[in-house]
Amino acid sequence: MDYSLLSSILHAILVASTPLVFAGLGALIQERAGVLNLGIEGLMIVGALAGFATALAGYPLLVSVIAAALAGSALAAIFALLVLRLYANPVATGLALTLFGLGLSALAGAQYVGQAAPQVSVWTIPLLSQLPVVGHALFSHDPLVYLSILMAALLWWFLKKTRAGLILRAVGENHASAHSLGFSVMGIRFLAIAAGGALAGIGGSYLTLVQTPLFVEGMTAGRGWIALALVVFASWRPFRVIAGAYLFGSVTILQLHSQAFGISIPAQWLSMLPYLVTIMALVMISARGEKGLAAPGSLGKIFRVSR
Amino acid sequence: MMFVEPRAVTRWYHEWLAVLVALILTLLTASVLLAAIGLDPLSSLHRIFIKPLNSVYGISELLAKATPLITIGVALALGFRAGVWNIGAEGQLVMGGLCGGAVALAFWGIDGFWVMPLVLLGGTVGGLLWGAIPAFLKVRFNANEILVSLMLTYVAILLLSVMVHGPLRDPDGFNFPESRLFHDAATLPKLFSAGRGHLGFVFAIAFAIVGTWVVKRWHLGFEMRVTGLSASAAKFAGYSRDRTVWMALLIGGAISGFAGVVEVTGNIGQLVPTISPSYGFTAIIVAFLARLHPLAVIPAGLLVALSYLAGEAAQLSLGVPAASTQVFQGLLLFFLLGTSLFVNYRVRLGRVA
Repeated sequence: MDYSLLSSILHAILVASTPLVFAGLGALIQERAGVLNLGIEGLMIVGALAGFATALAGYPLLVSVIAAALAGSALAAIFALLVLRLYANPVATGLALTLFGLGLSALAGAQYVGQAAPQVSVWTIPLLSQLPVVGHALFSHDPLVYLSILMAALLWWFLKKTRAGLILRAVGENHASAHSLGFSVMGIRFLAIAAGGALAGIGGSYLTLVQTPLFVEGMTAGRGWIALALVVFASWRPFRVIAGAYLFGSVTILQLHSQAFGISIPAQWLSMLPYLVTIMALVMISARGEKGLAAPGSLGKIFRVSR
Repeated sequence: MMFVEPRAVTRWYHEWLAVLVALILTLLTASVLLAAIGLDPLSSLHRIFIKPLNSVYGISELLAKATPLITIGVALALGFRAGVWNIGAEGQLVMGGLCGGAVALAFWGIDGFWVMPLVLLGGTVGGLLWGAIPAFLKVRFNANEILVSLMLTYVAILLLSVMVHGPLRDPDGFNFPESRLFHDAATLPKLFSAGRGHLGFVFAIAFAIVGTWVVKRWHLGFEMRVTGLSASAAKFAGYSRDRTVWMALLIGGAISGFAGVVEVTGNIGQLVPTISPSYGFTAIIVAFLARLHPLAVIPAGLLVALSYLAGEAAQLSLGVPAASTQVFQGLLLFFLLGTSLFVNYRVRLGRVA
């Protein structure tokens, strides 16, 4: 086996997986607070456009990423208003968010089609990047790849080790108990939705800033839905989201290289794999129904303070 | 502070008032958006919503687009009432089109009154089986039907792509990923001399009427409604949740599959890689716009079909991307969901005790 090919495939897998890591973490933080947001796809594409437009205007990567995060949060705030204050059905509201985000980005993004974002600089980590095979593949990336892993670690630490994280999980597990203990269910869920929107927006911006780097309408191509499936696959754990995202990224990239490995079946069969793997993972996790692997207790349920 | 309390009884005039307010708010927001990109709102709205309907051709196109939306909308209204979230109607539609189309190609060139029913049956069974997968996984393993049916949508679209690139490709088609054109015995008749409106629209209306009857008069409809409104009440009454899940997804799958085969035999006339511009997803909006009443799905489907025509008109005459249809649809759904608050709850000012 040619090592340079292996190294470049590994490198490509990380690039393909990073948007899924961000979006998956964005879905995860909302779901741990008990909010099922099916609008991740819409949040991602709006973030993709906002980041791209900012980069084209000549701003540095950091500003572009912040713009994407803010755009994602702003759109997520609409979802929060409808679901938290107007008690709208979360399933339908999430779907509306996806439609609206896809349409709005196509409308506002028409003027950017055909332009290319400036190249993002690569942060090569000294010494580690000199390692054979994995050096280039793992330690010679744009800053966002490292940020995605840092985010997962931060989210793990926040949920597991901080008081605020404990309160967020309490709201997700049993909103009635959390409310009776005096925590603001609405406030905490609003913050979780805003943070989730920001992460999904950053995930989307990775597509337009690094991966392609172009803007095309509908370019998220179902990644928002895969992110939602990933969270289930990861049984609501941040580090498992990374593992799941890399698995998905691997399947995507291997399918592109299938002919190099001498696999001669139509590419569509391989493209089905991520979806089929998700269904299988979902079935296995749901069937076991073990404690600690299950969904947050109040996930997707409407919370209303009664008089 | 504002607080809300549930209404004991939902009034029908509250429901329709809420829909009306949502429509007005959507049009107002659309006007603001049009003005923001430098267009005169009133004349633009006239050009994209009224002008496309000024001809037999326009009406015929409207009916062609409304056909799958109404058909699937009825099935989803039933399922959503039962609290079963079949988000994968798009995949069931695609499987219906694929299986029905495969039957049509298998009997290619054979005439007979029985060919068309067989083709429609093939599509219906295809959709039914695709809907049975999330039902089985939900009942047997408690796997979330939203995610399973959604993932299966992507699988179905890829499966259709494999088939039209391979086994079902037209042998004389210069390697284009398209099947042969279906022969006359496997094509639904057109309704007008112009446009693509076809017999499928009549089926769609029939579904809406039968659906209303099921909801209002059949015990099954009652059982599904009770299960959706209160799981504990349903359990107390001895209704099986598993049965409701099965029924909702099998009915949803079968009808969506039927809509798919009607789409390929009535509208497209052959199998191509993309047979639906997300009708299966848009039908979810239709079901909500109709407030889950099967009969109201008819006007709701026509209205949403108009938004597709409006998107095309906007692209042609205003130079706005056709995806602006989705902005309109998304806004409409936002406002519908927002105004539902006033239907289901009494809104009071004051403090929560």
